[in-house]
Amino acid sequence: MGLSLGWHIVFACLGVGFPALILIAEWRGIHGDADAMRLARTWAKVAGVLFAVGAVSGTILSFEMGILWPRLMGEFGAVFGLPFALEGFAFFIEAIFLGIYLHAWDRLSPMRHLASGIPVAIAGVASAFFVVTANSWMNDPQGFTMVNGRVTDPQPLVAMFNKATPVETIHMILAAFMVTGFLVASVYAAGRLRGRSDRYHRVGLILPLIVATVITPAQIVVGDIAAREVADNQPIKLAAMEGIGATEAGAGEHIGGIFINGQLQFAIVLPHVLAFLAKGDPNATVVGLDSVPAADRPQAVTLIHLSFDTMVGIGFLLLGLGIWMLVRWIRRRGPPTSRWFLRAALVAGPGAVVAMECGWITTEVGRQPWIVYNVMRTSDAVNPAPGLYWGLVVLVIVYTGLTAVTLFVLRRIKKANVNADVNANANVSV
Amino acid sequence: MLANVVLGFLWGGITAYVLLAGADFGAGFWDLLAGSATGGVDKRRRIAESIGPVWEANHVWLIFALVVTWTGFPSVFAAIASTLYIPLTAVAIGIILRGSAFAFRGAVTGLSLQRPFGAAFAASSVVTPFFLGTVAGAIASGRVPLGIAQGNVISSWLNPTSILGGALAVEVSAYLAAVYLTRDCQRDNERGLALYFRRRALVMGVITGLTALLGIVVLHSDASRLFTGLTHRGLPLVLASVVFGSLSLVLLVLQRFVAIRITAALAVIAVLWAWGLAQYPDVLAGEVTVSSAAAPDQTLLFLVVSLSIGSAILIPSLVLLYSLFQSAPAKPSQLSSR
Repeated sequence: MGLSLGWHIVFACLGVGFPALILIAEWRGIHGDADAMRLARTWAKVAGVLFAVGAVSGTILSFEMGILWPRLMGEFGAVFGLPFALEGFAFFIEAIFLGIYLHAWDRLSPMRHLASGIPVAIAGVASAFFVVTANSWMNDPQGFTMVNGRVTDPQPLVAMFNKATPVETIHMILAAFMVTGFLVASVYAAGRLRGRSDRYHRVGLILPLIVATVITPAQIVVGDIAAREVADNQPIKLAAMEGIGATEAGAGEHIGGIFINGQLQFAIVLPHVLAFLAKGDPNATVVGLDSVPAADRPQAVTLIHLSFDTMVGIGFLLLGLGIWMLVRWIRRRGPPTSRWFLRAALVAGPGAVVAMECGWITTEVGRQPWIVYNVMRTSDAVNPAPGLYWGLVVLVIVYTGLTAVTLFVLRRIKKANVNADVNANANVSV
Repeated sequence: MLANVVLGFLWGGITAYVLLAGADFGAGFWDLLAGSATGGVDKRRRIAESIGPVWEANHVWLIFALVVTWTGFPSVFAAIASTLYIPLTAVAIGIILRGSAFAFRGAVTGLSLQRPFGAAFAASSVVTPFFLGTVAGAIASGRVPLGIAQGNVISSWLNPTSILGGALAVEVSAYLAAVYLTRDCQRDNERGLALYFRRRALVMGVITGLTALLGIVVLHSDASRLFTGLTHRGLPLVLASVVFGSLSLVLLVLQRFVAIRITAALAVIAVLWAWGLAQYPDVLAGEVTVSSAAAPDQTLLFLVVSLSIGSAILIPSLVLLYSLFQSAPAKPSQLSSR
C-alpha cells in the first residue's frame, strides 16, 4: 500500500499542478506566443499519458483500501468515506473535461478550448483537497464516538474538517505545484544544457520555474505551521521527526544523525531552537518518545527523522534557487542563463520529488504504529486472508514495470517532438 | 429509506459502468480480434478514436461504485474486498495494463512499439471484465460472508456462477462495443467498417443469448436462491431483457443502428436490475440486508446530499462530453498534424 501510494502521489501531483501550467502556456499561446502554444500542445500530450497512468494507479488505491485494510474501511468507512465520494465527483469532472481538452483541439474555438481546461485544473485541486482530508483525519481522528470498541455516531463533516485538515491539504496542494513546476523545468534545463537554447526551451524552463519558485516561500511558511500543528496534536510524531528520545525542556534542533538505543547520535544540535520553533518559547518542554509505551512508538525513528530533515533541507535549497533567479533577474533584467544555474534547475525537479516523498514518509511512517492515530493500529486493520503476500509481490512487479515503461514513452514523445522540430526548421530553411 | 436511496445511486452507477466502461473493454476485445497488425489497422484506429476521449470518464463509474459502497455500506465493502482479494487484484492489474497501455499506444509512433502496447491493452480488456464478472457471481451466489476474510479465498470466485458471470461480462461488453462501434462507423460514413462490426454484434448477441440460456441451468444447480429470485420477483425484467435482446438482433439485421443502441442497452439494464431485484433486500446474498448493512443515518444523509449535488454537476458535463464527440468531427485543422 505504501508503495502504491508513494508511486501514485507523483502522478497525482502532476495531475493537480500540470493543468494550470498547461493553461498558462495556452493562454500565452492564444495571445500570439507561438512557442508557448507549442509547449501547451506538447505538455497536453504528456499530460494525457500521465493522467491515464494516474487514473488507473488511483483506482488501484481504492481497491487496496479494501484488499489490504478491510477493517479500517469496515469500521470507519461511515466516518471518513465521504471525502472519497466527493473526490469521486471531482475525478469525474477532471476525466470528462480532460477528455474534451485533449481530444477537441479541432472541435472548439481557441478560447473555448482554453475554457474546457479550467474545470480540469479546478477539479484536480479539489480532488487533492478531498483525499488529503481523509489522510488528515487519520492523523487527527474526529467525528465519531467509540462505544465498546464499535464506532457510533459518525459525523462525516466533523471528520473531514479536523484540526490537521487546513495545513495538511494546503501543504500537499502547494507541494503538487512545486513538484510539477520544478519537474517540468528540469526537463528543459536538461535540453538547454545539451545546447538547445532556442526560445522554446527558454520559455519551457522559465515558465514552470517561476510558478514553482513563487510557491516555495509560501510552502515553507505552511510547512512551519504544519510542524507546530503536529507538535500540538501528535507529539510522538514530532519527537520521531526530531529524534527526541527523552522529554526535555528547551529542546535543541537536531540535524542529521542516527537513532540508536533511544537517543540520537552524531547529530548537529542547535540548542533551544526546536523548543522555540515548535512552541514559540526557547525553554518550552518538548515531549520525547519515552513518554509513551514502546508499543505506541514508531519503530523507524532514524528514517522518519532523516526524511523530515531531507524535506526541510531541500525546501530551503529550492528557496535558494528562487532567490538566485530573482537576484539575477533584477540585476541583469532577464532570467539567469549560466550553466551552473541550469544544472541547479536540472536537479531541482528530482529534488522536489524527493522532498515530497520524504514529507509523505514523515507523516505516514511517523504515525505508526497507528493507522488511525491513537484509535486503530495498522496491524489490526490488515486483511488476514491467506496468500495476500503474493498479491503484493505481483503488484510490486507491475509498478516497477509500469514506471520503466512510462519513462520510456515520455522520452519517445520528447524525441518525436524534437524530430518534428528539426523537420520544421529544415522546412523553413528550404 | 436513505439506505435504499444510496443503494439506488450505487446500482445506477454500476449500471452506467457496465453500459459505458463495459463497452470500452469490449472495444479492446475487438481490438484483440482485429487481425494482423497491418490488416487490422483501420479497425484499431476506429476503436481508438471511439473510446479515446471517453474511456477515462467512463472508468470513473467504478471508482464511484467503490467509494459509495465503502461510505454507505462499509462492512459490505470490507467483506467483499477481503474475501475476493484474488480476483480484485487481477482486476486491478488489468485496469492498470488496459489504461496505461492504451495511453502509451496512442502516444508512440511506429508499429514495433504500438504492437506490444496494443496487445497488452487488448488482452487486459478481456481479463478485467472476466474477473469483475467472477466477483459479481461470488456475491450473487452468496459466497461472500459478512466479516473480514470469512469466505474461501479460492472457491468464492472459482465456481460455476462466477465463471458464468465472467463469461457474460466479457460477452456483454463485446456485444455493446460492437453495437456502439457500428453506429460510430455509420455516422462517419465508414460503410465497410460498419458492416464489419454489425456482423460481430450479431454473432456476439447470439452467443450472449445462448450463454444466458445456459446460465439458467447453472444458476438452478449452483445458486438456487438467485434462481428463485429471478424466476419470481425478477421475472418481468428477465422477460424484458429477452424481448429487448431479440429486438436488438432484428434491428441489427434491419440496420437501425441508433435504435439498437437503445434496445441493446435496455436488454443489459434489464439483466442487471433483474439480478438486483432478485437479491433485494440482501446486499450480500443470504448474508445481510440493505438496512442492516447501511452506515448510520447521518453518514447516509451527507452521502445522499453529496451524490445529489455531484450528479447535478456531473450529468450536464457528461452530456457535453458525449454530444461533443458524437457529432461529426470537424475538419482536421493544421494544428492537429503536430
